[in-house]
Amino acid sequence: MASLITCPHCGTRPKEEFSIRGAAAPKRPSPAAKDEVWHRYVYIRDNPKGRILEYWHHVAGCRRWLVVDRDNFTHEVFGVMDASDFERARVVE
Amino acid sequence: MRYSALSILKQALSGNRLWQPAWREPQPKPHYDVIIVGGGGHGLSTAYNLAKEFGITNVAVIEKGYIGSGNVGRNTTIIRSNYLLEGNNPFYEFSLKLWEGLERDFNYNAMVSQRGIVNLFHSDGQRDDYARRGNGMRMHGVDAELLDREQVRKMMPYLNFDHARFPILGGLYQKRAGTVRHDAVAWGYARGADQRGVDIIQHCEVTGIRRENGLVVGVETTKGFIGCNRLALAAAGNTTTVGRMADLDLPIETHVLQAFVSEGLKPVIDHVITYGAGHFYISQSDKGGLVFGAEIDFYSSYAQRGNLQTVEHTMEEGVSLIPGLSRAKVLRSWGGVMDMSMDGSPIIDRTPIDNLYLNCGWCYGGFKATPASGFCFAHLIAKNETHHVSRFMRLDRFERGYMIDEAGKGPQPNLH
Repeated sequence: MASLITCPHCGTRPKEEFSIRGAAAPKRPSPAAKDEVWHRYVYIRDNPKGRILEYWHHVAGCRRWLVVDRDNFTHEVFGVMDASDFERARVVE
Repeated sequence: MRYSALSILKQALSGNRLWQPAWREPQPKPHYDVIIVGGGGHGLSTAYNLAKEFGITNVAVIEKGYIGSGNVGRNTTIIRSNYLLEGNNPFYEFSLKLWEGLERDFNYNAMVSQRGIVNLFHSDGQRDDYARRGNGMRMHGVDAELLDREQVRKMMPYLNFDHARFPILGGLYQKRAGTVRHDAVAWGYARGADQRGVDIIQHCEVTGIRRENGLVVGVETTKGFIGCNRLALAAAGNTTTVGRMADLDLPIETHVLQAFVSEGLKPVIDHVITYGAGHFYISQSDKGGLVFGAEIDFYSSYAQRGNLQTVEHTMEEGVSLIPGLSRAKVLRSWGGVMDMSMDGSPIIDRTPIDNLYLNCGWCYGGFKATPASGFCFAHLIAKNETHHVSRFMRLDRFERGYMIDEAGKGPQPNLH
């Protein structure tokens, strides 16, 4: 049930320690991007059933932003990484 | 058969052998004027209203489970119209008025009980906020009353008034709010629609939406292709899954909300109460069970079951508000999947495809809206014209900047 999350900095911790922001897939556009692009980023969601990347904040631990890779139907957790690593990997893509 | 005291007497004298099923179980016809995807409260209410109010009876409701298996049977049964905003209040008040006449209208006992709702406040700032909401309601002609601490104490002496951190200072009271037996709402609408010729097709899942020349011509289902002139989606919880079949871009995330029922107790709570310091709400069913719930689970979920952290949090909130609750045992809990929209308000609108209509984004406030949602959606489908009370609930309001953000939370679906 995604009750335990393995934080890359703190180890396996209970869900209570985290605050969840939401989907990590939308990529922040440049400030100069058109309204339509910003609208998609802010409001439109893929909302897949199954595997999803989400921003979690380890508020009661290291206070780092994390990206949790999990299944939103079975609640299986596949992996957790620091959000800065996630963004860096995305830039390289 | 029309239900009445006389019909019950007749059945009793004939040993209850003559009862008929409340609706048929038809096989799908090859073509319908209107197909509604989703046999939940809103889909059934839409079908009922299409047939009764707008004279369109060649209609099918396609449901992947059985009637009453989704969110219409997974909520905490509360009805109310205590909204602040122009985009919401007249719609929910229209709904409450329909609730008031519903049982006579569809000839079914839905146990509509206007026992009143009290939204408790716990600080001076919250009192001001609730007073503003109450004034907003009264300006729309809706009943609202601001109660002080002693008035609340008289009604609900069992609350924890002297909580060290969240003392109860009073409440916003809407007398006409209350509860309804949710299963009976699904059954009443299903029976009413069926009697007027609507086909309710259960255990039939839509797997694709077939389009030709930019228009919908029908749906692929597990029972084969079914054609239609107009297609209406009322599949909240799975809106994205169905919407993707028609390439719709949607401002929706799916989340799970849990609800709980205690063992049957003697009458103790005779109102609906909401806790202003948390997000806890509670009422007592006519069978005696305390029906309560709190927030969603905060992460996106398509599973109809929730996590234990939220269970614990809900119980903590409940005991904090009503210490005596700690002695009651929880009998059952369940989860339902919700369309959480980006401003916490629903969508009843056309789509970029001319004969495809959309009803979604009810967050976790959809039950109280069932009659008005069905009426307004049927109005839109039948006349291709928006009903005036749902005119703010547009799909394009996000890009146009006309959000209906009752809670002022911004585009963060798990906070609404």
